[in-house]
Amino acid sequence: MLEQILALLPQVIFDGFILGFVYAMVALGYTMVYGVLELINFAHSEIFMIGAVVGVEVFRYLAPHMGNGFLLLFLALVLGGVVAGITAILVERFAYRPLRKRGTTNRLVPLITAIGVSFILQDLVRLIEGLWHNEFFLRMRTVEDLEGSVELFGGAIFAQTKSFILMGVSILMLLGLTYLVNRTKLGVAIRAVAQDLSTASLMGIDPDRIISRTFLIGGSLGGVAGVLFALQYTTITPYVGFLPGLKAFTAAVLGGIGNIPGAMLGGLVLGQLENFFGTYLPILTNGNFGTEYKDVVAFLILILILLLRPQGLLGQVVKEKV
Amino acid sequence: MRKIGLLVAGVAALGMALGQANVIKIATQSPLSGPQAALGEQIKLGAELAVEEAKAKFKALGFDLVLVPYDDQANPDVGVANANRIINDPDILGVVGHLNSGVAIPSSEVYARVNLVMVSPANTNPRVTDRRLPNVNRICGRDDVQGPVGAEYAFNNIKVKNVFIIHDKTAYGQGLAEEFRKRFEALGGKAVAFVGTEETSNFIPIINQIRGARPVPELIYFGGIYSQVGPFLKQLRERGLRTRLMGGDGLDSSELVRLAGAQNAAGTFYTTVAGPVSAFPKARAVAQRFKQKYGKDMEGFGIYAYDSAQVILTALESAIKANGGKKPTREQVSQEVRKVKLEGLTGTIEFDDKGDNKKAKYFVMQVASGGNWADNKLIRIIEMAAPGAR
Repeated sequence: MLEQILALLPQVIFDGFILGFVYAMVALGYTMVYGVLELINFAHSEIFMIGAVVGVEVFRYLAPHMGNGFLLLFLALVLGGVVAGITAILVERFAYRPLRKRGTTNRLVPLITAIGVSFILQDLVRLIEGLWHNEFFLRMRTVEDLEGSVELFGGAIFAQTKSFILMGVSILMLLGLTYLVNRTKLGVAIRAVAQDLSTASLMGIDPDRIISRTFLIGGSLGGVAGVLFALQYTTITPYVGFLPGLKAFTAAVLGGIGNIPGAMLGGLVLGQLENFFGTYLPILTNGNFGTEYKDVVAFLILILILLLRPQGLLGQVVKEKV
Repeated sequence: MRKIGLLVAGVAALGMALGQANVIKIATQSPLSGPQAALGEQIKLGAELAVEEAKAKFKALGFDLVLVPYDDQANPDVGVANANRIINDPDILGVVGHLNSGVAIPSSEVYARVNLVMVSPANTNPRVTDRRLPNVNRICGRDDVQGPVGAEYAFNNIKVKNVFIIHDKTAYGQGLAEEFRKRFEALGGKAVAFVGTEETSNFIPIINQIRGARPVPELIYFGGIYSQVGPFLKQLRERGLRTRLMGGDGLDSSELVRLAGAQNAAGTFYTTVAGPVSAFPKARAVAQRFKQKYGKDMEGFGIYAYDSAQVILTALESAIKANGGKKPTREQVSQEVRKVKLEGLTGTIEFDDKGDNKKAKYFVMQVASGGNWADNKLIRIIEMAAPGAR
């Protein structure tokens, strides 16, 4: 048994990273919105799904006309990010801002709105795709350039070109975001609004604009993650965002919600846990528990971690604002 | 109070008035939207074609024949809700459906309350007829034969000894996979693993298990629907694994090739209870009319739905005659269905005391390499009686 586990371990860790980076990118969207608004934006999983759908459509229409797969992917990533970002802004503008303007203090109201928006977006995409192609399962087109693969470490790891692209792009985006938040004027403004919305507005910051931009950034990251997800796992439905969204949200909480490096760490930890138990549960339990229990075990471990460290891995205990 | 009483009386009167003396409706229930719509639509259109063609004949008997399609969304709750609407429409005298056993089982219990006859073109779970409901019939085969047929073909003809078994955790997929495993192990083969998964996109953990499994599996058996098996196949082949794959009739849709890619799906074996047009010489002409009318190719479940509707129409005709030309009751139609002996497109249809076809056909198929579903190779037809109820 041990031999079997060790033989697969490099591969499992590698695949765990791929999944983990997807979760990390999506988790950033949750954590940023929570940071500024203290709102759990459940519609973010649908923003991710919209990115994936845009990716599929770009590949469907442009692949026959473009020789270079990398250029095509770049275009898909940009478009996926832009469309998802704009959708996120629209969601904020029409679903959350009116509630904020009315001064709704009940925290549950925006939460329910988020869940509602999420259903609306799912069915909207389903309707559009149904009328457009009469397809429920959207399949990512295969492009020759992106389909290469290599075997590393004497065959211990089977790695595809697209897996490297996924990791590379997500690391770039994560670094870019860290830079943006810590080193730019917009980043300072976002942090100020996150700290205290009303004080920030007294300092000459337009909170609506900053919130809108936060949604744009988080949404674009989610959209890019969606395109990469579609490239990696190839089949997309209007409901494909739900589980990754839920897991990314968990990752954000695990890392300490509102904390950007925490969301990345949480995503990677969750990806590893899920992939590890997905592969090894049947081996570890001698076939008594199958792969289907991977989420149960992964979430049990998350609950344990949160019992020991309720503020999340990198979160800080919030002190009373004076 | 009196107002309510009047209202109730009014509604009751309206209900009776709605039941028209000279209209006979046949309902279909199958998924027309959502992931399994490709299969469900075949059921609706197959039955519709049969009803359209019988219209003139029933007009001569003095009845307007109408088909009413219902969308069960492959969801048991929706199926039962529709079933309640169906039994409340007194003109509906027969149901063709469903696609999913998990939906057919609870829905048929609703039909049973008023003895409304159901003839299924596609439900393969043994429990569908093993409950011995007098109104439930099917013309297709059963999973406790379909699974073993696959197991025997894999062991005796493909000559594999080690199989990795996956299922989708539904009444259909898990049931089929279990029947496969039982027979395969009885023959002397080994199930290297037996895992369930509800995943729809990320199959990497299972693929890693297949890579690491010892002894090396020579075949993967997947009890599930094309929507899951398609992406699984694509990811499996992308990872360089050429292990052969086999599954049940849930794979019998051209969508499998679209989702997996023609190259990746080529050579996949599947058993099915609803053979392709090429397996039935009599179906060719009907398939042409189907294509003309709906602009789509007639696939297996379309042919079986056509025959299911034929069974109900035949029973209706004899019930009308026995009733002296008047509209028969649901009870009468239900009894007549059990007496039907019909040469359908798919062969002789005759029911045993449980409602199973006395001799159902099972097909072993292999996916063609060109990507055209109609070119799939028919390897073998096995005709087998349903086992007695357990």
